[in-house]
Amino acid sequence: MALLQIAEPGQSAAPHHHKLAAGIDLGTTNSLVATVRSGQASTLSNVAGNDMIPSVVRYGPDRTDVGQQAVAAAAADASNTIFSIKRLMGKGYAETLPLAELLPYQLIDQGGLAAVATRDGVKNPVEVSAEILATLADTASQVLGGELNGVVITVPAYFDDAQRQATKDAAKLAGLNVLRLLNEPTAAALAYGLDSGQEGIIAVYDLGGGTFDISILRLKRGVFEVLATGGDSALGGDDFDQAIVGWLQQKSGQQQLSHTARRQYLTVARKLKEQLTDSPNADYAFSADEQQVSGTLSRGEFEQLAGPMIKKTIRSCRQVLRDAGLTPDEVANVVMVGGSTRVPLVRTEVGQFFATKPLTSIDPDKVVALGAAIQANVLVGNKAEHETLLLDVIPLSLGLETMGGLTEKVIPRNTVIPVSRAQEFTTFKDGQTAMAIHVLQGERELVEDCRSLARFELRGIPPMPAGGAHIRVTFQVDADGLLSVSAEEKSTGVAAGIQVKPSYGLTDEQVAGMISGSMQHARQDMQRRLLREQQVEADRVLEAVTAAVQHDGALLDADELADINAALATLAEVRQQDDTAAIKAAIEHTNTLTDDFAARRMDKSIRQALQGHKVDEV
Amino acid sequence: MNYFQLFDLPATFELDLTELGSRYLALQRKFHPDKYAAASNRDRLMSVQQTANINDAYHSLKQPLLRAEHLLALRGLKISHEQRSFTDPVFLMQQMELREQLEEISSSADPDSAIMAVEQQLQQQRKVLLKQLAATLDANTAEQNQQAAELVRKLKFFFKLQHELELIEQQLQD
Repeated sequence: MALLQIAEPGQSAAPHHHKLAAGIDLGTTNSLVATVRSGQASTLSNVAGNDMIPSVVRYGPDRTDVGQQAVAAAAADASNTIFSIKRLMGKGYAETLPLAELLPYQLIDQGGLAAVATRDGVKNPVEVSAEILATLADTASQVLGGELNGVVITVPAYFDDAQRQATKDAAKLAGLNVLRLLNEPTAAALAYGLDSGQEGIIAVYDLGGGTFDISILRLKRGVFEVLATGGDSALGGDDFDQAIVGWLQQKSGQQQLSHTARRQYLTVARKLKEQLTDSPNADYAFSADEQQVSGTLSRGEFEQLAGPMIKKTIRSCRQVLRDAGLTPDEVANVVMVGGSTRVPLVRTEVGQFFATKPLTSIDPDKVVALGAAIQANVLVGNKAEHETLLLDVIPLSLGLETMGGLTEKVIPRNTVIPVSRAQEFTTFKDGQTAMAIHVLQGERELVEDCRSLARFELRGIPPMPAGGAHIRVTFQVDADGLLSVSAEEKSTGVAAGIQVKPSYGLTDEQVAGMISGSMQHARQDMQRRLLREQQVEADRVLEAVTAAVQHDGALLDADELADINAALATLAEVRQQDDTAAIKAAIEHTNTLTDDFAARRMDKSIRQALQGHKVDEV
Repeated sequence: MNYFQLFDLPATFELDLTELGSRYLALQRKFHPDKYAAASNRDRLMSVQQTANINDAYHSLKQPLLRAEHLLALRGLKISHEQRSFTDPVFLMQQMELREQLEEISSSADPDSAIMAVEQQLQQQRKVLLKQLAATLDANTAEQNQQAAELVRKLKFFFKLQHELELIEQQLQD
């Protein structure tokens, strides 16, 4: 366990050139891409001049459209026009059935996962999202004049493991290098907090199209700490629209709607909602399914429709504050995110609950993308002096199924990540060589009330009497909030084989299959891509080891130094050629050779970090 | 792994939490995966493991009960997770009484003050036990360490009761 490239304050690993990085807000209703140029974060517009791209994909007869063009075709081709795909990310087919009647496209069961039937074949949410991501990345590449080195993609803080994994898979499919998945509210706080340099407790109230998140952050001495997060992954402005549609249907008496008419109702509902932000009444007049519909919706009526949903968000606020061990008056600032926070009643209720006027100076639709761009710029290495540290937590507890259908928590929610925790299991039969383990995420006691993440089997346990084998299963959650599992039998040290079957996700093989199978990536492309990946990795290793030797060469004896230099020379040479396997081998050789060196550097670095710290205090 | 060593702090029960906190942040600043987002695969993986370690260490030293457990583990005393029976009749009586009080909260005429009353008792008992724990750990003899382990087991019951009390409070609020 050692790091070669140790970050020194104020020193970049690669100070020589500016890298292209973007922040992507992959939203339920709209998506945006932003970047930092000359120290300023700004959103990027496509050729048509729009920076807010509707998260809509249309599978047309001869091409696939994303964004405004897809929306334009929506009314005429509803069943092939996919919107709100984010709601289906990482979801099982059965879970999405309540949504099915609201969606004008056809949901189908793809091996337990929700997918959409289109004229271009079955498309799963990962593929649809990849189309949106690729379009945004194209926009960024065109505007910035080069390929992106890396992106930060935002996800609702409330997203569980399956949903985060699906998002990352989509990025992989779109050919993007993901620097980090960032929680949307955290991104918003970055957009506000860093510039103003305030300290204290911040609540981020994010009511978007399809999700509601409330996060409590603490900003102190340059450290952003997520204290607690909560919310509802199925509540948002779309629900306001649906409520208005219901109200309109009641007024018009049209209970059964064709897909096209439903779309018209929805468009009218959105317009009405937007108008009511500035005026007390909004009129409507349209025809749907050969019937004229007209009338007026007052703000008061709308507030009666939306009120219960807004109250629900306030209950979540109370819950999350309780988790953080805080009271509303301890919150110094409330950041408003998401287009739905323009609704006046939302602002009033939130302001009342926290007893403070919410911050709205940055466009609530753009604030997340801007924050993501700031973070992407830091992570890609353009801003080395940047000392802000972002400590994140897991939003939902991770646990295991135990006897009697109960859940045992292994990592409680709001634990700071990355984290790894181990749990020990034993066999209950003589000579047992395999064991089934069911991983769950959620807060409830019963397995059926939690979300199933994965089932896996431990195999190759050495046969022993019942209770004799001690299997240590380690759960590791990385900085993106993604879980990985490993297992070992303790007395023999045998690593038990694990076959993880995600309950609501794709296996690595499936993702690889999708990449190689997709039209954009013919076989040659695929090979070029693999080569490119290894070359990038080779550059990183060369850079890291060279810098490490320069900095800490004193930790090596002459023989070690000679060996390392030889390995570097070989790596630099094969890197120039196009033999993917040879590059990979040279990287592995260099890594093995520098393991000890890396360990020594890390020990030194820990001592320095703590020493420097003591000096600071004096 | 010795968590005290990781933070270069003396292995004692009494710990300067502010100092621990700033050392934690100093290490985080150095090893957090955000500092390695553009690094090689190995360095990224290592940074995740290292930070997970630092987080675990901080988590274990921050809370008195976990800190005591870690300290005892370093002294070769592992506190088993199995429930061991207590032979201390006073402690058992006390537990039973507190449990009864918990059960009566929801049917009480004034649940809020009933909660307050139980909470006060729990706090007071915890304080007494923690003080004893600090003294026994400080003495650091084989016998005193055994006693410390016993105190940790007892304290676990109080923390469990506290948790149950919070659940009851939440249920009443909802």
